[in-house]
Amino acid sequence: MIDPIEDRRSAITPQLAFRVALAGGIGVTLFAIIFFRLWFLQVLSGDQFLATANDNRIRDVRIQAPRGEIVDRQGRLLVDNRVSIAVQVEPDKLPPVGPARDAVYRRLSSVLGSGTTPRKLRRRIKQARLALPYSDVLLKNDVPRLVYQYILERQRQFPGIKAQPVSLRQYPRRTLAAQLFGTVGEISPTELKQSKFRGVVQGTTVGKSGIEYTYDRYLRGKDGAQRIYVDALGRAKARGPEIPPAQGKRIRLSLDLDLEKAGEEALSAAGVSTTATLGAGKRGAFVALDPRNGEVLAMGSYPSFDPNVFAKPVDAGLFKRLNSDAYGAPLFNRAIAGLYPTGSTFKLITATAALQSGLINPQTIINDGGSVSFGGRSWTNARGAVNGPVNVVSALKVSSDVFFYTMGAQANGVGGDIIQTWAKRLGVGRRTGIDLPGEFKGLVPTPAWANRSYKQYRDKNIGFVDKPWTIGDNINLAVGQGYLQATPLQMATAYSTIANGGRVVRPHLGLRVEDGAGRPLQEIEPGAARRVKINPTTRSTILEGLREAAGTPGGTSADVFKGFGRTVMGKTGTAERPGQGDQSWYVAYAPDARRPIVLAVTVEQGGFGAESAAPAARYMLGQWFGLKKKFVAGQSTTR
Amino acid sequence: MPAPVTSPIRSVDEVTEPRRPHVTLPLDPLLLLAVIGLGVCSLVTLAGATQDDIAGQPYYFVYRQAAYLGIGAALMLLVSRFDYSRLRELRYGLYAILIVSILAVKALGSTARGSTRAFALPFFSFQPSELGKLLLILALAAFVVGRIRRGNDRDTTARTMLAALVPAMIVIAQPDLGSGLVYIAVAVAILFFAGVTWQPLTGLFALAAVSVVLVLVAAPAMGVDVLKPYQVDRLTAFLNPSTDPSKQGYQQNQARIAIGAGQRTGRGDQATQTRNNFLPEHHTDFIFAVVGETYGFVGAAVVLSLFALLIWRCLRILTISKNLYGSLITAGVVAMIAFQVFVNVGMNVGIMPITGVTLPLLSYGGSSVLVTLLALGLVQSVYVQGRRTASAKGRVVLG
Repeated sequence: MIDPIEDRRSAITPQLAFRVALAGGIGVTLFAIIFFRLWFLQVLSGDQFLATANDNRIRDVRIQAPRGEIVDRQGRLLVDNRVSIAVQVEPDKLPPVGPARDAVYRRLSSVLGSGTTPRKLRRRIKQARLALPYSDVLLKNDVPRLVYQYILERQRQFPGIKAQPVSLRQYPRRTLAAQLFGTVGEISPTELKQSKFRGVVQGTTVGKSGIEYTYDRYLRGKDGAQRIYVDALGRAKARGPEIPPAQGKRIRLSLDLDLEKAGEEALSAAGVSTTATLGAGKRGAFVALDPRNGEVLAMGSYPSFDPNVFAKPVDAGLFKRLNSDAYGAPLFNRAIAGLYPTGSTFKLITATAALQSGLINPQTIINDGGSVSFGGRSWTNARGAVNGPVNVVSALKVSSDVFFYTMGAQANGVGGDIIQTWAKRLGVGRRTGIDLPGEFKGLVPTPAWANRSYKQYRDKNIGFVDKPWTIGDNINLAVGQGYLQATPLQMATAYSTIANGGRVVRPHLGLRVEDGAGRPLQEIEPGAARRVKINPTTRSTILEGLREAAGTPGGTSADVFKGFGRTVMGKTGTAERPGQGDQSWYVAYAPDARRPIVLAVTVEQGGFGAESAAPAARYMLGQWFGLKKKFVAGQSTTR
Repeated sequence: MPAPVTSPIRSVDEVTEPRRPHVTLPLDPLLLLAVIGLGVCSLVTLAGATQDDIAGQPYYFVYRQAAYLGIGAALMLLVSRFDYSRLRELRYGLYAILIVSILAVKALGSTARGSTRAFALPFFSFQPSELGKLLLILALAAFVVGRIRRGNDRDTTARTMLAALVPAMIVIAQPDLGSGLVYIAVAVAILFFAGVTWQPLTGLFALAAVSVVLVLVAAPAMGVDVLKPYQVDRLTAFLNPSTDPSKQGYQQNQARIAIGAGQRTGRGDQATQTRNNFLPEHHTDFIFAVVGETYGFVGAAVVLSLFALLIWRCLRILTISKNLYGSLITAGVVAMIAFQVFVNVGMNVGIMPITGVTLPLLSYGGSSVLVTLLALGLVQSVYVQGRRTASAKGRVVLG
């Protein structure tokens, strides 16, 4: 079977020697390739791979930092955090999937009560794990103390479940200034890309609106972290160091809590409902500024709401009501976003324009015969008043429409849009730059604007301007009617500018950034937006008119401020709004060496200025100067 | 017992002495050194890599591997004492055992992770495809020895390849792609060292290239799946490991990270890729990556050097064999080991596809360790027989 000759071969043939050498050569080449590859991986790129290997196993779980407090100008608490007991799950410590885990879910469900069926718990944990692996999953907030203790005492029955205190935003003043603070929430993917939130990592709670948004940088604080080492399946193997969270800075606002409260009481006395109610209640807003520097001393918009409802998930019905116009849109801040005709409060601007442009001088007399004819129609005073010969001071005092109709008509004649120009200069029809998001610009109608809009309306049926500019439009503007749209804040800014002699202040709520103990870290001083040149005579003439209006018999709000005991310079306004009752306005300046104040109040459907807005202003000024707070409705017959 | 031959002078002196029957010559010392070195490396690496794998039994894999290595070493010594030449007569029987055992496992074997490749025995699961490597070497070498002097190399090549492809296809179907490829590599190496002319060899390589293209590219394009889709994915994942790190590229990606993170001298106890299970199959297919992470470039270089030593010694023994059968057995064994080393290390460092080939002697696994040591025992037998014949003829054998 075996050929014995084959066994005899033994000397190595040259061919075999060559082939062995060839195989050896191939082997050496392959080893060389592998060594080069190892050199590349381990020596040349080793650092990079080491970093990747560490990334693999390290998970940093965020510990949420409490946000900073918000306090009023005297340091009284407006927004802080409250500790709520939250029931959370550490998913990797749950028993394995199966009957054991189901039993934990069942026990939890019976302890936590409504809305937490085992199925819902399971789904919630699953979803949360997908979104943020390794983090604890919140099952329920605001759990009663009893449940907290129950779970703590029976940890063996609740493996992987922990009840622990977490920090939630709390608003102890409820409806007071609710629209100002805004809401907080987890940063959205869009916000992550914005420069405002540069450096913020996913999952952080940030301010979504209001002060929380504007000063988020300070309020946010720095989240801590718990480092966890995990294996390939994501199971925690060890706990690493913990970086404790640092609470955000405290923001001191320029708001005065007492004045804010007085504002709510005053509007309430004027018939404005404090909280959302269907239909009936009136709506209103107020703004108080320090005319020297634009600090917002009070700001309110009613009906308001209790921001504490947003600490928990808000049900759809409530959210709809909070946004619904029928309920008075409580989330809407009328003080900065309510666009209204301002009625006679605008006459201050018309008077400034007329005096500054030389249309009249302080002595110019116009005979107010109760009505005047311009552009082919007759313009009459409200409620048929006849004021006789008036100059600009007395015209402001009695709110003579005929005087300001004439100003509007004459201004239309001289060209240059002097009323519009001065309105813009004083801050109407442009954003004031307040440190709140969502401010509206409003509108000061000019002939160019009206004609442009009309062309669009005529050609494309866009908009509401159904006729070209006429002299009547300028006459309407002169008394704060027509197309004019202004916010209470803009009016307060305009009055502040006259009061301080030409500095257009930039209203602001933020006063300074402080540490937790109230030590100042940084002052917030936005400075004046710009300056306008106002002749001192113009200023004193107008202020005299306003003083007489509020302080001398026959003045539009004199009966409201009767016996008030301080100098108030104020102008009533009654804005006619198509399809609704008159809107009551009052804007006042109360000079004082230490604490001057400009106050704008408006009450939708509040009737004449002296009927609801002026009494509300008196009530608030009473609070501000430590006088008797009284709501005195006036009987003014003019706007 | 005669004194060991350590120098040519001594061996020249030795032949003047009267020869006693059943003289036993020592084993090749460097080959033995390489085997012992690799065995130690295997145990040390496994001790670090697997200490957390089975709770409460940190040395489970180490003890078992040590047992396999011990039994294997005993088998190696035993086999080296016999003259391998007698096995030539058994070639048909060996081939039959090969075919029957790999077919039987299909019917009777236990299934693990979707493939049926092993018989579950009381203490370990025995993989016939591993033993099959050795059986195939013995059978093919004998077959080629019988035909090589008849000329007609093309016919010899075709028949040899057919004899290898039959079992290769059976194990690939198990599916055990790695073993199948080893069978083919063994057959090619035996033909190569048997002195088959270049023409059929070149034809063989051309055919291999064409079939790879057919299997991996053309057939899937036409809708015929020769390999299972996951096998194709595994084979091609190394070309672009980052495309989908969660699937086929994952293992290779983690292996590269592990090796790279080892840097020059390794991470020791901080080898988190291994310890925290980011590196899958760290006691078998990816044990080289464990060496790379734990002991760094230095450790990897030591292991590679030991393999180089082993391969070099085998090639050397190939040339001193007393007959062609011995040369071809050694050729088959060196092809089996070298192919597995290059393919396994290549897949660990990310330059070769994942084929499920283990690293001989280092990877944990009874069948692989036993068969490798058995094969090296045969090589030692070739050495011993070669030395004995040489001394009998008065020739001096250098190293």
